[in-house]
Amino acid sequence: MTSNRTYPDEAAGTFPRPPRTITDRDGREIDLRAADRDDRETLLSMYEAFDPADRAQGIPPVKEYAIQNWLETVLEAENLNAIAWHDGDAVGHTMLVADREGEHELAIFVLSEYQGAGIGTELIATLLGHGQREGLEKVWLTVERWNKAAIALYQKVGFEICDTESFEIEMTIRLD
Amino acid sequence: MKVLLGHSGGELSWEALRQTVERAAAAGDSLTVAIYDDDAVSDPLEDIESQVRAELADAGIDAAVRRLEGHVGGALVELADGEDFDRLVVAGGSRSALGKIQLGSVAEFVVLNAETPVTLIR
Repeated sequence: MTSNRTYPDEAAGTFPRPPRTITDRDGREIDLRAADRDDRETLLSMYEAFDPADRAQGIPPVKEYAIQNWLETVLEAENLNAIAWHDGDAVGHTMLVADREGEHELAIFVLSEYQGAGIGTELIATLLGHGQREGLEKVWLTVERWNKAAIALYQKVGFEICDTESFEIEMTIRLD
Repeated sequence: MKVLLGHSGGELSWEALRQTVERAAAAGDSLTVAIYDDDAVSDPLEDIESQVRAELADAGIDAAVRRLEGHVGGALVELADGEDFDRLVVAGGSRSALGKIQLGSVAEFVVLNAETPVTLIR
């Protein structure tokens, strides 16, 4: 089965692969590492501290059991995850979730006090590098049309806008 | 209250039907179900309509069932605003594999265009 999404003809360049350490614009040392089911308690804590204003299209859910259910799905073995760590705490999480068409949907969440410091850009790039290592080809995402900051971030990483007809904007990138 | 439910036969439409019927039974709403075609739903309209009628009968609700043709959003707004409904209920979109909500085109159209208050179910 194939989707009807359009993807860039050209594959993106090679992305950096996890694990790696960056210094953010506020001088903080941030570790970017691949994540799996063993990290779900850490992620649960991160999402419980999450600012409701930074939610996007219904995720992360608000109630604890709903966050747990959502993390179970997101952390299934067929999906790829990466976490940004600072001083032993998860401060950002990004995921590539397999859809029914064999493509992968991307989302990212960064705690508010770590936003605007370049962590999101590096974290997404690192997860895409992880995706290239695992042989992923097509990655897509949706973003609310008023969220200019997120759209600019995705474009900086290499995503291109492919659909503006629906309520949300759809963006795609080809990894290989 | 006079309630119009738009129903496409999609998964969330069945959830919308269940919630609307439950409310109608408790509050004594006068309910109309408007059924329409959706490219994402493979079941024929006849099957959807008989399933809707069966669920209404199970709940003991005496509701009108109608079919919409043409531009679904436009037809729903015309019916809701033109026949003095108090509320228009539709399924509010779908969830991606990752869990993000994507608002459907019918939901978007009625939210932007209906003067009747709209309830989105998900």
